[in-house]
Amino acid sequence: MPTFTQIGSAVSVGVSGATSIDFTSIPATYTDLLLKVSVRSDRVAAISDGLLLKFNGSASTYSDRYLQGGGSGAASSGTSPFGTTRIYTGEMNTNGSTASTFSSFDIYIPNYTASTNKSLSSDSVMEQNATTAYATLVAGLWSTSAAITSIQLTFSNSTTFVQYSTAYLYGVSNA
Amino acid sequence: MESQMPNPTRIEVNCTTGEVLEIKLTDAEVAELAYQAELAADAKAEEDRIAAQRAADRAALLERLGITADEAALLLA
Repeated sequence: MPTFTQIGSAVSVGVSGATSIDFTSIPATYTDLLLKVSVRSDRVAAISDGLLLKFNGSASTYSDRYLQGGGSGAASSGTSPFGTTRIYTGEMNTNGSTASTFSSFDIYIPNYTASTNKSLSSDSVMEQNATTAYATLVAGLWSTSAAITSIQLTFSNSTTFVQYSTAYLYGVSNA
Repeated sequence: MESQMPNPTRIEVNCTTGEVLEIKLTDAEVAELAYQAELAADAKAEEDRIAAQRAADRAALLERLGITADEAALLLA
């Protein structure tokens, strides 16, 4: 039976916000990683903003496919507009959306120390008292043999994650 | 006199020690952040432009054919 162990410390963004959240020196003692994130960005021009991820500070050899529904209109699917530089994991609430709402992300990274390409799956949903709120599924790939030792979370159109955004990293054993 | 905004911070968690650091960004990192935001905005603008062009092309074609979008969907079903 798998066990989940919190790695490092929980991140809770303070009043001044944060431009990125980095988990570094990730120990190689687990089978898989699970990142649980609740975030909102300071973008005001739109209701949502992309949550992006990088491993080991690398800005290359990423790819992803997403499937997204907005609660109105047809669902969409495709590849992220961020090319190979980062993995797109879904849409988060912004300061252009309903006040005090945050988006939830579960990002699962199996076999993060293996010498094969690294995959991830992301399952996310926005919270919004309006017509449109995105739910997104993403399959991502980092084509490298290096073990994952750090993870960085950023966004596509903002400058900061706002206060009360949180991030927790778990190591999964016996997965 | 114009006051200069302090550089924003990033949060770094050392997963081995559990230490959480709030690190002020360097000028180079702030410039990179602005550059990446600009690239993303450009990519989104291009995506929107293509979508708008596609919608206009579609409307023009329907007009030329003298059929509605529903009728076109019936033809393609």
